[in-house]
Amino acid sequence: MEKRVQFRSTWLPWVLLAPQLIVIGVFFFWPAGQALLQSFQLQDAFGVSTEWVGMDNFKTLFNDPGYLASFKTTAVFSVLVAGLGIGLSLMLAIFADRIIKGALFYKTLLIVPYAVAPAVAGVLWVFMFSPSLGVLAYALGKLGINWNYLLNSVDAMTLIVIAAVWKQISYNFLFFLAGLQSIPKSLIEAAAIDGARPWRRFWTIQLPLLSPTTFYLFVINVVYAFFDTFAIVDSTTHGGPGQDTSILVYKVYYDGFKALDLGGSAAQSVVLMIIVISLTVAQFRYVEKKVQY
Amino acid sequence: MVERRGTLGLLAHAVVILGVLIVAFPLYLAFVASTHTTQEIVQAPMPLLPGSNFWESYKHALFGGSGNGSEAPVAHMMWVSLVTALVIAIGKISISLLSAFAIVYFRFPFKGFIFWTIFVTLMLPVEVRIGPTYQVVSDLGMLNSYAGLTIPLIASATATFLFRQFFLTVPEELLEAARMDGAGPMRFFKDILLPLSKTSMAALFVIQFTYGWNQYLWPLLATTSEDMYPVVIGIKRMIAGGDAENAWNVVMATALLAMAPPAVVVVLMQKWFVKGLVDTEK
Repeated sequence: MEKRVQFRSTWLPWVLLAPQLIVIGVFFFWPAGQALLQSFQLQDAFGVSTEWVGMDNFKTLFNDPGYLASFKTTAVFSVLVAGLGIGLSLMLAIFADRIIKGALFYKTLLIVPYAVAPAVAGVLWVFMFSPSLGVLAYALGKLGINWNYLLNSVDAMTLIVIAAVWKQISYNFLFFLAGLQSIPKSLIEAAAIDGARPWRRFWTIQLPLLSPTTFYLFVINVVYAFFDTFAIVDSTTHGGPGQDTSILVYKVYYDGFKALDLGGSAAQSVVLMIIVISLTVAQFRYVEKKVQY
Repeated sequence: MVERRGTLGLLAHAVVILGVLIVAFPLYLAFVASTHTTQEIVQAPMPLLPGSNFWESYKHALFGGSGNGSEAPVAHMMWVSLVTALVIAIGKISISLLSAFAIVYFRFPFKGFIFWTIFVTLMLPVEVRIGPTYQVVSDLGMLNSYAGLTIPLIASATATFLFRQFFLTVPEELLEAARMDGAGPMRFFKDILLPLSKTSMAALFVIQFTYGWNQYLWPLLATTSEDMYPVVIGIKRMIAGGDAENAWNVVMATALLAMAPPAVVVVLMQKWFVKGLVDTEK
């Protein structure tokens, strides 16, 4: 899309663009290029010698059972976060959409977690689930469930999934509510006159019309689970017990900054870049073909 | 709604209230914990009603005290967070306004190339290129400075994209009329485009302020000295001591302090924020 009328100037647009181009040049393209370059290099821990190793870093990576396990962990984690987050917030939005009295009050309370930093969300949930003093761990103990996220990897995964979903519910909820409110009332009324009950109307009208929103949210939630949850993992389980909650982005950080394996870490960055880019492209292609109504 | 049926309306309220209770429970519990002493909290189960230690906990959190773990005063960390969040929000909005203006309203060579150069940055979050970005910032000597904390996070085109979408919807007639009255590009930008963009700017401010305030991974790497820690890092360092040794009342007071400013911004600017959030997608 272009404007019909445009200004002409040889220097002004460049001046206007300069701040943005300088910032992304120095802090985006340079580092991204470095990541790409390093992923083909092997550097010793002191940075003294650098050697070109071609695809070796990638080969090592995909032969490393720890990395493949981390892939699986990330897949399980992101599907759980996206699925639960979308399901729960859709349910909340469907019911909130029916409410007229007090709607603003509920909505205000439901958007607060959006403002909470992932790291802080992690701390809040660790506090409730801490085996020695957490309220929820205590309640589970009373029910005969021996909860300990430090030792049991299922417990640890549950903890980070709950914290991640809690934090993301506001965002999903707002989108679903906006989506529901943009469905023409006349459609719902027509269906009601034809005798469709609320449950039927949900399945045959609202849900299909929400499919673009749902798809968009699915991509956003997967991206969120892949990257923004680093802080949740780091403030709760530290990737443990063992490596059982070490998601990909946590591993990039751990291998690069704790284990000082720069080439391996860079290769992991490149793999992550490819994943995000494919997700984004999938999203754009889908949006192009967006359901029309 | 189409029909008024008592039971369904009741069910709707019940589900939503339950949802709100579950969502709000961690926040409530954090508040309760912040009003007790550490001793009261560590004996499971901790009390579920507020206690009387409110002032002590918050004073301890804000101005520091003696005990285990990191004891840096939170008041200073809040200041660091505030500066960081404001610089990120305002910086991002300003450079994006200018570049979106150039992209939409000017004809110049290599425009298509520039357009894609900027928008490809939408795809890669800072987490993905974290190692090399750290090296660049460290080479430039920007660790432990506000510049190092903020500028790398400004390097993304989310805001540019939003402003571009918005500028494209501004009627052409406005530009034609302005030119006929003899207004140059900057005059048009300042007197017509900026006032029209107020709502988008407000929405973006909320989103970017929250984003900047809540950053974790980047500040974790870019700051090593305690007086440059944002509050989100500070709170993480407080719980390093292990369950029994943490001063949980102070930790929870800090958690609430850390979430207060973005929460206030989000709640007060709810209307614009929701609009901006939902519009970004289109």
